[in-house]
Amino acid sequence: MIDRILATAITEAHIARRNRWVAIAVLLMVVFSLVLAAAGSAATGALGADRLSVVVASLTSLSVYLVPLVALLMSFDAVAGEVERGTLPLLLTYPGARWEILLGKLLAHLGILALAIVAGYGAAAVAAIATDPRAAAGLPALWRLTWTSVLLGATFLCAGYALSSLARRPSGAAGLAIGLWLGLVVLYDLGLLAAIVADDGGVFTTRFFPLALLANPADAFRLFNLAASEATAAAAGVGGAAASIPLWQSLSPLLAWPVAALALAALAFRRVVP
Amino acid sequence: MTTTLTISALTKTYDGVRALSDVSLHVAAGERVALLGHNGAGKSTLMKIILGLIAADTGDISVCGAAPGSMAARGAVAYLPENAAFHPALTGMEQISHYLRLRGEPASKAMGLLDRVGLGHAAKRRIGTYSKGMRQRVGLAQTLIGAPRLLVLDEPTSGLDPVSRRDFYTLLDGLASDGAAILLSSHALTEVEARTDRLLILSGGKMVAQGTLGDLRREAALPVVMQLTARNGFAPDLMAALPGLGQDLRISCCQADKLPTLARIAALEAKIADLDVMPPSLEDIYSHFSRRDGQ
Repeated sequence: MIDRILATAITEAHIARRNRWVAIAVLLMVVFSLVLAAAGSAATGALGADRLSVVVASLTSLSVYLVPLVALLMSFDAVAGEVERGTLPLLLTYPGARWEILLGKLLAHLGILALAIVAGYGAAAVAAIATDPRAAAGLPALWRLTWTSVLLGATFLCAGYALSSLARRPSGAAGLAIGLWLGLVVLYDLGLLAAIVADDGGVFTTRFFPLALLANPADAFRLFNLAASEATAAAAGVGGAAASIPLWQSLSPLLAWPVAALALAALAFRRVVP
Repeated sequence: MTTTLTISALTKTYDGVRALSDVSLHVAAGERVALLGHNGAGKSTLMKIILGLIAADTGDISVCGAAPGSMAARGAVAYLPENAAFHPALTGMEQISHYLRLRGEPASKAMGLLDRVGLGHAAKRRIGTYSKGMRQRVGLAQTLIGAPRLLVLDEPTSGLDPVSRRDFYTLLDGLASDGAAILLSSHALTEVEARTDRLLILSGGKMVAQGTLGDLRREAALPVVMQLTARNGFAPDLMAALPGLGQDLRISCCQADKLPTLARIAALEAKIADLDVMPPSLEDIYSHFSRRDGQ
């Protein structure tokens, strides 16, 4: 079983390398992180926080958009592409369960995503520490951001596999993936904001709003990192909400979502008839 | 001989359309069986059911003593899909290594397999740069992994040149003599005729004939055609002497009348320059059976 999962992972890594996904993901994360590190340096003096903590706060806001996007771009083709190329029937006649195939793909894609995240955040950290000797104080926050980003990536990779299985055509899967990204990462927060404004401090704001934030893996990621970071004050937006939600509450969905998304993907893949 | 594949009373319906009805067949170890039929006759559906990719509605199937699609069955069965496709970004070597690992074999055997199908020189090139015939040979290479007890091959020689086809059937003979059961579909009737032990003909989802070519020839009882060549000027004499002989000096007769007809022709030896006897071709036999039901 382990051998078969690794076999799939090795092959997927070859494919991702050839298709330049490794290069694209790493480049994207490094460039954006460095831009933030450079831009973030202007405000530090006034806030009194070390430079790296400020960069981490900025990176949190960046990653919540970028990590799900890169993850979905890497994963939307995983099943639909096999169906379209006609490679799926043969693959499914080989020994091994379907979830093993998904897990192999996940291992490869998550490895690449982790590499890109480490390269990007690492570059930003080097830039911050090089210009501010106090910046080492922000390293724990950076480490927390790194592993939560990998968990966030795993969630959206698995969501991509689920959509890929449901769509069965790469074009359809791409559309669904962009839809999911817009929905969870962009529109979800706007919707909540509109609801709060309309509710004006009523039951929704006090009871359902925190739950709604935690239900979305992207928001849980942002809450956890901002609540844990010392630079909460430096971040605009949900910083206030972050302070009122205990850490374990924002951590639980971060841990649960990758597992749940993988289970959903496996269920959807099982229903694909080659 | 032990039976590797047994199917009895198999039925499959797609949206109310009968794709397969009451199909029964068996393939023994070491036997090479050809599955013939028009496009849409149900060949691919039958193969996918044997492989466990789709489920049958009713009927019993035993693949190497296990249920189709079970781990035991998948471990013992090799499949070559029609128009074998692979990820274009992978090299032949990487693709075969992947399949080897999935079957629990060391990836180091990949080069040997590619050499066996004549792809050793292209092993490090991407499959995207391969011709159709080369992709087909990658497909063949992966069917040779391990020691499959049943090979299910969907039009295995499509896209192969004549020399590669011959090499392919030589490979198959080797596998069969090692005890593998082989079920292959093909449109190339002449090569199937020479290189398989038994034929199955599917038509409209029904098994309309099965047996050796000799069995089918006898069962079909198609007429034998004899072509005469007259000595100079004797053609009208021949036509007068042999009722049924056409202007083109061809005469056809049923199997039972073959020898009496030959005797009558032999009696006219002085007027005949040459004689060709043409038994019904496999194409004729195939058309006979596949048209008989419903087509």
